Amino acid sequence: MKNRYLILSIALVVAAALLLGGCGGDKKPAAPAAPEKMKVAFVYVGPVGDAGWSYAHDQGRKYLMEKMPDVQTTIIESVPEGADSERVITQLAEQGNKVIFTTSFGYMDPTINVAKKYPNVVFMHCSGFKTATNVGTYFGRIEEARYLTGIAAGKATKSNVVGYVAAFPIPEVVRGINGFTLGVRAVNPNAKVKVIWTNTWYDPAKEKQAAVSLLDAGADVIAQHQDTPGPMQAAEEKGKFGIGYNTDMSKMAPKAVLTSAVWNWGPYYVKVIDGVKKGTWKSEQYWGHMNDGIADIAPFGPMVPDDTKKLVNDAKAKIVKGELKIFAGPIKDQAGQVKVPAGTMMADADQLSFNWFVEGVDGTIPK
Amino acid sequence: MPFRFEKRLAPTPFMTVAVPVASVALALLFCAVFLALTGRHPLELYMAMAEGALGSAYGLTETTVKAIPLMLCGLGIALAFRMQLWNIGAEGQLYLGALAATWLPLTFPGLPAIVMLPAMVVLGMAAGALWALGPAYLRVKWRVNEIITTLMLNYVGILLVNYFVYGPWRDPKGFNFPLTAQFPPAALLPTFGDTRIHAGLVLALALVALFLVIFRNSRWGYEIKVIGASERAARYAGMDIKRNMFLVMALSGAICGLAGMAEVSGIAGRLQPGLSPGYGYTAIIVAWLARLNPVAIVLVAGLFGVLQVGGYIVQTHGVPASVAAMIQGAILFFVIGGEMFTGYRLVFTGRKGAAATDE
Repeated sequence: MKNRYLILSIALVVAAALLLGGCGGDKKPAAPAAPEKMKVAFVYVGPVGDAGWSYAHDQGRKYLMEKMPDVQTTIIESVPEGADSERVITQLAEQGNKVIFTTSFGYMDPTINVAKKYPNVVFMHCSGFKTATNVGTYFGRIEEARYLTGIAAGKATKSNVVGYVAAFPIPEVVRGINGFTLGVRAVNPNAKVKVIWTNTWYDPAKEKQAAVSLLDAGADVIAQHQDTPGPMQAAEEKGKFGIGYNTDMSKMAPKAVLTSAVWNWGPYYVKVIDGVKKGTWKSEQYWGHMNDGIADIAPFGPMVPDDTKKLVNDAKAKIVKGELKIFAGPIKDQAGQVKVPAGTMMADADQLSFNWFVEGVDGTIPK
Repeated sequence: MPFRFEKRLAPTPFMTVAVPVASVALALLFCAVFLALTGRHPLELYMAMAEGALGSAYGLTETTVKAIPLMLCGLGIALAFRMQLWNIGAEGQLYLGALAATWLPLTFPGLPAIVMLPAMVVLGMAAGALWALGPAYLRVKWRVNEIITTLMLNYVGILLVNYFVYGPWRDPKGFNFPLTAQFPPAALLPTFGDTRIHAGLVLALALVALFLVIFRNSRWGYEIKVIGASERAARYAGMDIKRNMFLVMALSGAICGLAGMAEVSGIAGRLQPGLSPGYGYTAIIVAWLARLNPVAIVLVAGLFGVLQVGGYIVQTHGVPASVAAMIQGAILFFVIGGEMFTGYRLVFTGRKGAAATDE
């Protein structure tokens, strides 16, 4: 008996929701028919307020809007990388967006699936490896910037232990750790980079806790491949140093942050939209270097001494000119075996599937 | 004015209907005030939410897709909860089901669908059952609290999946990314037309029918209820409590495992981390709000589908994700809080005698 009424009540609620949905169709004011703006959408894995990855992409979006006022942008944040993302991307395509940027690796299959159904929409997937005629991928070699921040960390460490809070053992993160470590060891061959995996991109408390563990284990500089400034705050509280990531994190931890490896997506977004507008856009796998400006380092903190600044800036100039290739041999692995012989360069394909650590990293990649 | 709560002898039918409806309405009103204060148009937003989830054929199918794992896990949870066995481990059981089901197409990719799919269902259910049997054993043997054990095993289950996906099962052609190879077509659950609604829905609805029969007409269903209400009474009546604990937990876990199999085979097409955005936890709320009634679970799961699908789409109106989450939270808060009024009556004691009369 009782249950019947319960069911009835729930049915009523659903009916009410349906009713509301129905009303929505009628009352909706006619869409502003002002000068037709090109619609562009962004899908973010974290909240835009994460002060990290998604925030950096959103800064890129704002740059795009500033440079191209005739573009109308839509964002959907905190979209999990599973079944939800495919629906969200579909609905954005359905809403008439001409270009959709999907900004997390886990959106790869969903992006490809949706792209099949919307051949007239351009999809840009960040950090993946699958393309189609209307799907391009884009990413930048942030490890070049990380190498530079590694120099700053290598000069700053007294304990010769640099902590690295890392998200997932995927090639992108491994590449970053290796680039960073090569930078550290270039100026301080005795230093080690101790890695902790958090298995999360976005979890402020967990990231911070991981940094605290590293500090307790003797690290006096903390670097990170995470989406929030949690690790930097841990360093600040313990009176140690930090190397930020994604954006200039000095605002969140002014006494700790030496510098940050930062993304600068804006100019690339403008380039893509410009190409789509002119009809010159073609699917490609873009993997930008530092000289494109897509990756850079943030201004130094006041605690960084001048000789360190000079070392970093000199190396930066060489990287930008193409004189310094961070993954040029000789590079040894953790066991001391030469993996990249002197005089050779690690191929892009090998970098894209990086699954071993260079000498000087203290940590393991789950196999 | 002084007042007290007086227990009702039996919840009146009117209140059972009116209270949840009023609660949802109040929750929406509450959020409307908040939205208005932060400079948004509440009604427009609610409509956008409902429209995104229900206003188009696509939205409707996607709401259903979202509801399938919630239904399955909700059913599994409801079965255990009926016996006052608090299985909080649906999430882990789901992942284990997905893991076991994945093993088959990775190991024997050449099997025909007619063998592959049923075997994947059996594997998924068996793994989910096994994952629930551990806590059942500890509960029966040493009275270890199953809330703790099932909850802890969630983390173990998720990490176990991560281990396989990052390690031995990683797609050799996947640039070392944590994904298994894509399943062969024979390992994918059939879908309805070109929607993403998969055969998991049929399985869920079949289970609803089965549960209705078990709960209403079977001796076993009655036993579960009695054991849940009073173990001592059940023991006096000669019911085998231990056997039922094992059975109920195993079946509960098996159904959650089935949810995992359905997600991996019907939606993802490969095993990957983050397969479930917390379905196993949301399903606890679904089962609870549905008062463990199988048919109500379907409807409540649908309602949650609406909330979640609509929750993303309102973002295109410039609303941050946290506002959608707040609306969901408020609805739950009010509905659960409102339950008090179905079981109790508010009596003002300032005046003589109870003024309220039941309709």
